[in-house]
Amino acid sequence: MYINPEETPLVAQKANCFTPGNWSVAVDVYDFVSKNITPYTGDASFLAGASAKTTHLWNLCREALKEERARNGCRNIDPDTISSITSHKPGYIDKDAEVIVGLQTDEVLKRAIKPFGGVKVVENAVKERGMTLNPKVIEIFKYAKNHNDAVFSAYDAEVRNYRSKHIITGLPDNYARGRIIGDYRRLALYGTAKLIDAKKADLAKLSGEMNDHTVRLREEIGAQLIALKDIGTMAATYGFDATVPAKNAVEATQWVYLAYLAAIKEQDGAAMSLGNVSSFLDIYIEQDMKAGVINEEQAQEIIDHFVMKLRMVRHLRPGAYDEIFGGDPTWVTESIGGQFHDGRTKVTKTSFRFLNTLYTLGASPEPNLTVLWSEQLPEGFKKFCAQVSLDTSSLQYENDDLMRETRLSDDYGISCCVSHQAIGKAIQHFGARVNMPKTMLLAINGGREEDHASEVIKGVAALPEGVLDFDTVYASFKQCMVELARVYAKSMYMIHFMHDKYYYEKAQMAFVDTDPRIDVAYGAAGISIIADSLSAIKYAKVTAIRNEQGLAVDFKTEGDYPKFGNDDDRVDALAQEVASFFAAELRKHTPYKNAKPTLSLLTITSNVMYGKNTGSTPDGRKGGEPFAPGANPMHGRDTCGAIASLNSVAKLDYRQAEDGISNTFSIVPKALGANREEQINNLVNLLGGYFSSRAHHLNVNVLDRETLQKAFEHPEQYPQLTIRVSGYAVNFTRLSRAHQQEVITRTFHDAM
Amino acid sequence: MQEGSATLRVHSIETMGAQDGPGLRLVIFTQGCHMRCVYCHNPDTLSLEGGTLMSVDALVDRALRQKKYFGKNGGVTISGGEATLHRETLLILFKALHAHGIHTCLDTNGLVYDEALEALYAETDLVLMDIKHIDDVAHKRLTSVSNEKPLKTAAYRESTGKPMWLRYVLVPGWSDEPEHLEAWAQHFSSYKTVERVEILPYHKLGMNKWAELGMEYKLHGVDTPTQASRQLAKEIFSRHLNNVVLK
Repeated sequence: MYINPEETPLVAQKANCFTPGNWSVAVDVYDFVSKNITPYTGDASFLAGASAKTTHLWNLCREALKEERARNGCRNIDPDTISSITSHKPGYIDKDAEVIVGLQTDEVLKRAIKPFGGVKVVENAVKERGMTLNPKVIEIFKYAKNHNDAVFSAYDAEVRNYRSKHIITGLPDNYARGRIIGDYRRLALYGTAKLIDAKKADLAKLSGEMNDHTVRLREEIGAQLIALKDIGTMAATYGFDATVPAKNAVEATQWVYLAYLAAIKEQDGAAMSLGNVSSFLDIYIEQDMKAGVINEEQAQEIIDHFVMKLRMVRHLRPGAYDEIFGGDPTWVTESIGGQFHDGRTKVTKTSFRFLNTLYTLGASPEPNLTVLWSEQLPEGFKKFCAQVSLDTSSLQYENDDLMRETRLSDDYGISCCVSHQAIGKAIQHFGARVNMPKTMLLAINGGREEDHASEVIKGVAALPEGVLDFDTVYASFKQCMVELARVYAKSMYMIHFMHDKYYYEKAQMAFVDTDPRIDVAYGAAGISIIADSLSAIKYAKVTAIRNEQGLAVDFKTEGDYPKFGNDDDRVDALAQEVASFFAAELRKHTPYKNAKPTLSLLTITSNVMYGKNTGSTPDGRKGGEPFAPGANPMHGRDTCGAIASLNSVAKLDYRQAEDGISNTFSIVPKALGANREEQINNLVNLLGGYFSSRAHHLNVNVLDRETLQKAFEHPEQYPQLTIRVSGYAVNFTRLSRAHQQEVITRTFHDAM
Repeated sequence: MQEGSATLRVHSIETMGAQDGPGLRLVIFTQGCHMRCVYCHNPDTLSLEGGTLMSVDALVDRALRQKKYFGKNGGVTISGGEATLHRETLLILFKALHAHGIHTCLDTNGLVYDEALEALYAETDLVLMDIKHIDDVAHKRLTSVSNEKPLKTAAYRESTGKPMWLRYVLVPGWSDEPEHLEAWAQHFSSYKTVERVEILPYHKLGMNKWAELGMEYKLHGVDTPTQASRQLAKEIFSRHLNNVVLK
């Protein structure tokens, strides 16, 4: 996107003394950050605490959160107003005390309705909360189509069958797909007027002979222009002129938040992530501090008030949604740290300030603070991250060295849990995930579903009686994966085609390059069960126990076999092989908009729900028992300690699963060392060892099982207890009882 | 026999050890011990039989697989059971680890002392010496054997000038008498090789194992040490020794 350089310099403020560059003549935030960043290699000793205003505001938020918990997780709903960028009047927590302002509705923790994903879902969600959706909304959708209806009008019998049998799960076909990250920094750096100019210039180039692609782009830019105009209008209701660039740290933060706010007023995707804004904002903070306009406490205050808003983000969800995504997550993922290709660190003082909010405001699941870990990160930052993990269990870590090498960008953010996105340059189409163990059971049962005997995949030969033969089962499983990939790819095509048509993300896409690169993010759950099952069949003697219909209801295993999670290549190789095979199958199908197929090994918290819907598996897991989260080894089977377990997961090849490989690590503090200093150093070494083994992601929980047990029994005493689950963090007390139990029984590394 | 195929009788492996020596460590628990400590939390490692025979090669491979996690100060620790019962094999293992630049550590009760042990100590970067009581009568009551040899072994390590950490398990009514703590600390006060002293408060996590093995547990009714008694032990030790750590 180019803006006419001759007419107007892009940032006209004389007060700003930024180093100019390509960013001055084109929309190029990366260039601005690269040329103006002040990397920080020191320790955390410069940080300030919470200001009086911050504490006052956070107390108000805590009251509101208390009310939300008391009302069973939903404080209030506006059932009358269809949410849009400009739908609601300005909302405040306490206007006079707020340095950064803006709420999704006119009141904190009041949820808005977004019926374009699916009006029926919204109607039910409102009803479940004892309220009534305004009949006008239902009336409107008699004339306007929504995403949900559109997708189902296209689905064929095969997709419906795989979907209803819980083989393909969690599809974004009745709610927003989310995952797309707008480059919200652009609003601060350019203001809406310049961004509108740039988009108009793109539009002007899209002329001549028409085809589907060009017409669609023209329509998309048209929508983006409306969004940019609306964002200017919304900003004005709060008293800001966001048509022009931000002039200082407060404005820059405010502008970035307004851009993000527009996105979350318009869309309610499961994951609405923020990107990598901290070191961008640092440039403005540095400038203000040099000019003597603000001090450290004020710098922290700006970030605190911003982060406080991010903690208050809410979407209206139906009860069934909680089964898949426990704990009401929003995935306001902010990626912090990492390195530039040229060897400089992207860590700034504001990287520290973001992490410091976990002290100034206490532990919290959101925003989903994600550290981009590189061997080259400054030692002081590594140690501070480890310290924050020890104290709050609120951080996740992802391998910056691996992602820079594989995905090439050094200006990227993580969407949701583990999904890479080059900010403003690429987006992703969210594809939820398939249930791999259930697919294996289809293979063992001649293509029939293990619960109801109905045929799902045709032409799968029944296995011979007796002990399961590895080659036969594996061949049959591969046959089923081929079919699964075909149907899965088909469903994704239809979903994203319709989402673009009926629920296009105009606010987010206004901050993304026109016609960006797209990943279609497929997912697979239950990889450790697959590895252990195949290993059991290969190295021990496994016999299926079949009912009168010939369905395997259980398995008898004689002898021992290598289990995933013990750094044993015999079984770890099976996990790698299956992931690669499935990824290769998915790549054979052409996706909507010629997206690039990627795969994640992830479960969110739905490992509990997957387990419920899946019969007994050959690895010895009984029907109904939870899967391990993400790519984790199964509970209690990693018997050689945490590092062997980490090494097994590290062997899963990121290049075969570029949408991410999630691993959750829980350890009692004492098992990390005798005192705090040792614990910090050991955690730094642990992360260093894991990521230098080319592992992708790690959630780190440092807490005692007893603490969780107490919180299970007395939730009211632990309102801020945060734990990491598969790729995100939750308030432990906001998980369902079943999820809480699952987390407590999960493997804790507690070697003494 | 090739040296790498020499085998070690291994009870279990902990790849993320942060309790037995500096940094993150691969801890290999060997099978078999001649002491019979009343509080032993690994009674399943006492028998000289059992465990799994693992080759030196396999153990070195394990260590190499996690070398990236060792950082500046981690490495491999051999614990038990009593590690030095396997001194010949351990010498081969430690030499192999040193060839790969891996730090070696031995967690021992000091009961074995002979030429083979001296050879092993020469390849041991750090000895964790667990002297269980300074009074011989009390030592016998606690462990079934005299403390004469352990003290001699500790003195030998001191004479080599190579680093050592001292360890002491604090058991209420069995090893927490202030006068004996004082004497214990005084005994080692002139040692130059002691880099750190660790007080390990008795815990009950091993209790169930005794019942499972059909062995009589003598510490029923004994509680873990109070905070006050832990602090007192630390204070007494610190009068004579540097870097006392309460674990």
